[in-house]
Amino acid sequence: MDISVKNLSKKYGTQKAVDNISFTVKTGEILGFLGPNGAGKTTTMKILTTYLSATEGEVKIGSFDVSDNAEKIKPHIGYLPENNPLYLDMPVLEYLWFMAETQGVSKENIPGRIATIVSQCGLNKEKHKKIGELSKGYRQRVGLAQALIHDPEILILDEPTTGLDPNQIVEIRNLIKEIGKEKTVILSTHILPEVEATCDRILIINDGNIVADGTPESLSKKAEESSVFRVQIKSPKPDELADELRKLEDVSLVEVLNRAEGKFEITSKSDMPFREMLFNSCVKNGWILTELQFMEASLEDIFRELTLN
Amino acid sequence: MKNIWIIAKREFQTFFDSLVAYILLFAFLGLTGFLTWFFGNDIFLVKQADLGAFFDFAYLLFIFFIPAITMRMIAEEKKAGTLEVLVTRAISDWEIVAGKYLACLLLVGTSLLFTLPYYFTVAWLGPMDHGATIMGYFGLLLLSSAYIGIGLFASSITNNQIVAFLLALLIGFVFAFIFDFSASLFPGGVGNFLDYLSFNTHFNSISRGVIDSRDLIFFLTLTALGLLLTERQLAQRNVID
Repeated sequence: MDISVKNLSKKYGTQKAVDNISFTVKTGEILGFLGPNGAGKTTTMKILTTYLSATEGEVKIGSFDVSDNAEKIKPHIGYLPENNPLYLDMPVLEYLWFMAETQGVSKENIPGRIATIVSQCGLNKEKHKKIGELSKGYRQRVGLAQALIHDPEILILDEPTTGLDPNQIVEIRNLIKEIGKEKTVILSTHILPEVEATCDRILIINDGNIVADGTPESLSKKAEESSVFRVQIKSPKPDELADELRKLEDVSLVEVLNRAEGKFEITSKSDMPFREMLFNSCVKNGWILTELQFMEASLEDIFRELTLN
Repeated sequence: MKNIWIIAKREFQTFFDSLVAYILLFAFLGLTGFLTWFFGNDIFLVKQADLGAFFDFAYLLFIFFIPAITMRMIAEEKKAGTLEVLVTRAISDWEIVAGKYLACLLLVGTSLLFTLPYYFTVAWLGPMDHGATIMGYFGLLLLSSAYIGIGLFASSITNNQIVAFLLALLIGFVFAFIFDFSASLFPGGVGNFLDYLSFNTHFNSISRGVIDSRDLIFFLTLTALGLLLTERQLAQRNVID
């Protein structure tokens, strides 16, 4: 099942959480939703799961419009909300049984589905315990199991790896990758290596807008196109330095590392031309350049460049 | 219908897992037992083979106990965030509300079932008006049904169980005592109207053994209104945090 979002906006009162975004996700694709906290990731996901309704725009899942076919769409969606809410007083198996029932799995199929999911999510040792007695990592697996219990075609995971240790993160990632082969998966995160490792496509969202859309490779390529420099400049007027640097052509981001010592991290769209420009403005303004260090730009820099301005 | 039952089953199970059910059953049976058989206007003092005393106490106790049953129903799920999982499942908001209502009514029904020995004992002690007694039970169930509707609504507008409890209790008090009391203050139409709104009026009328459609309509309308408002509240998705 494909997901298509067209001109989606969501307002909370007067505040715009999502501002006119459009994208599509195809079956078999794992889409990584990236962005700083409060960028609108969770809101978008809540609209996709029919939990919230959109203020404007159209969201289609398969051939159904989310706004008036919620009951037809819900059986096809597996959803792991942020913070992974669970009934802590229920034993794992009972909980999964209940979740299967509420998702319309027929009684004969429930034991089979539970057995599959329990082994897939590595819950075998803990399956008789109450959820409240489990560690955070295991609770996260229960959350994932809950989302997968009815073998949904669409999987929406809001920060699925928060609170897990590095080994568990790798396991969950592999599980998502494995499952994602036949399903449509959207996962949100603000951990960059995670999307690089798991996703086929990345959508960077900031202030309710999509600021980048591409494969991890294409975004890395974009990262290579821009260069990051660490510079230290002595100036008679250190306070104005940052603003002066921002005025330079090609400069897309200036981060102040230490104002008093004149240390900055500059992201530029060009390499050589920027170095020359910097030299020229140093001469013109009477600055003394004491350090110029070329840093390799990563996906992380792209993310910061796109979301900090 | 199947979905309603799925929700009701889990909620009912949760009552017993969380001890709520045991505490309530124990307190309800203990208090009604004590008050019916040993204390005040008890059966041996009145020397009549009827359960009037029991129904009056049960009525009073329900005013306090039902908010305690309904308070966590939705407020807790809102607070924990589990409501979000539940409403995005292949189940409608309406079925969720109905399931929770049914579970509460079942718990109340269970507590009444345990008082059947009172009935058999009294029937054995002397000649009993069976019709009035059965209607008394029926009246308690109707009252509970309406009050559960109110309690669920109170639970749906907050994510704090204490607030839900107090709000339901407050509304319950108004219906059980305030309307009844103020009806006697106003003569004529206003008084009659307030009298009509009182739980007391309808409960007493039913437990006398007379079935009157006005009483039925009153409790059923209140139930429907409570559930409807709860469903509306759920559909708004006002997650308070």
